[in-house]
Amino acid sequence: MSDFVMPSLGADMEAGTLLDWYVKPGDTVKRGDIVALVDTSKAEIEVEIFEDGVIDELVVPVGVRVPVGAVLATLHPVGAKVAAAVGAPVEPAPPIPAPAPRAPPIAAPAPPPPSPPSAGPAPPAPAPVPAAAGTNHRLRVSPLARRVAEQLGVDLATVTGTGPNGAITRADVERVSTVAVPAPQAAVAPPPPPEPVDRQAAMRAAIGALMARSKREIPHYYLQLEIDMSRAIEWLHETNLERPVNDRLLPSALLLSAVARAAVEMPEMNGFWIDDAFRPGSGVHLGVAISLRGGGLVAPALHDADRKSLAEIMAGVRDLVQRARAGRLRSSEMSDPTLTVTNLGEHGVDLVHGVIYPPQVALVGFGAVRERPWTADGMLGVRPTVTATLAADHRASDGHTGSRLLTLIDRQLQKPETL
Amino acid sequence: MTTEQELRAIVISVLTEVAPDIDAATIDPDADFLEQLDIDSMDFLNIIVAINERTGIEIPERDYPKLSTLNDAVGYLAHAQKQAAGA
Repeated sequence: MSDFVMPSLGADMEAGTLLDWYVKPGDTVKRGDIVALVDTSKAEIEVEIFEDGVIDELVVPVGVRVPVGAVLATLHPVGAKVAAAVGAPVEPAPPIPAPAPRAPPIAAPAPPPPSPPSAGPAPPAPAPVPAAAGTNHRLRVSPLARRVAEQLGVDLATVTGTGPNGAITRADVERVSTVAVPAPQAAVAPPPPPEPVDRQAAMRAAIGALMARSKREIPHYYLQLEIDMSRAIEWLHETNLERPVNDRLLPSALLLSAVARAAVEMPEMNGFWIDDAFRPGSGVHLGVAISLRGGGLVAPALHDADRKSLAEIMAGVRDLVQRARAGRLRSSEMSDPTLTVTNLGEHGVDLVHGVIYPPQVALVGFGAVRERPWTADGMLGVRPTVTATLAADHRASDGHTGSRLLTLIDRQLQKPETL
Repeated sequence: MTTEQELRAIVISVLTEVAPDIDAATIDPDADFLEQLDIDSMDFLNIIVAINERTGIEIPERDYPKLSTLNDAVGYLAHAQKQAAGA
């Protein structure tokens, strides 16, 4: 059996509110299926499951806010037998007068319960713990809370529930346990009760916090290169003549494709800086910066952009823009980007010095593609050009490496027919 | 044949679909709507596609600049329609 946990939908997310379940116990799911809708306060995100299996139990009810890493649901492999005891989340306490079997905590400090998604097999689900004897009213406890209570040696009878209908949640258990168990649990903030959020303000605050962190932690260096776009634009006009209006390409598709292909050759610019070390991305998933009407910004992933045709990139970006504005992005799109591209030239500016999106290590920016003076073969002429910029993390790379990325992007744009 | 008035209504309806936050009554018919409505090239392409779907009028890429204001767009479409009918 394994746990499906609240994913981190971007470096700025600490907790999320479960808005809806799209599955129920007994449903078979495949990796990548959308199983839940989560509100990060910035946006509503469709959360995908990351392994195949059958849903055992929905641990977190709709409307509850939980921290990143909290178990949302449990599942077992297809074909495996479901543990009989599981599946009765809030059964009334069986009429056993015995006191709650308080699992004697092992002398060693208990490890903090939240486990990363890929952690080994989850501890076996304990048999349902009878609610504390002596209480007549039925105790509503989530199975996860029971398990955590057992691990931490917390008597559920001493816990005040703050969940729906007074149900005891994991956070409630942890709050009580912080008295007994010092350090690790203290880090898990008790989830504030769900309340209507001003999305605009929340997004502003989230962007502010993340960008402040970026500027505080990342030693940025900046490079820029003006690129001759005459070949690319000419090729684009020619191919668009043959394409029905629905399939026409935009210059931004060429720019994204060029970055993706350059990133394949420069894996040291495509990935993350985590725990004082560079971790290359698995695949080139370009974060596409999309400004939202009325303010705000998201940069969801265009997956495997290096392997997409220009038509596929166009379709992918169009889909992302549409869903970003409708507030319907998916969890993998929020957490996967390996290198972000911002195309602020759309709004007329000549160049952009970007702020890196942590924990990524680089950001490529494009200004407006427009006609400018250009010298070639000793002659001054006019050509469409674009200024490409790179903001990169000096912990992960040096200017020499960064300049190669920009020149590779230039080279890609000189042979648009291969993009 | 679609009247100019109908063409205008089509363009306005397409604009408000792409940019749902705008109020049709506030569109300045002679201002560049890319700037006025803060739409980007992807939005613009969606507008061209939608106009094509509603009117059947093919707008080649080289003519995009001729559709930069509401009045210009309506004028362009009316002209293109006449040409297509006359041909």
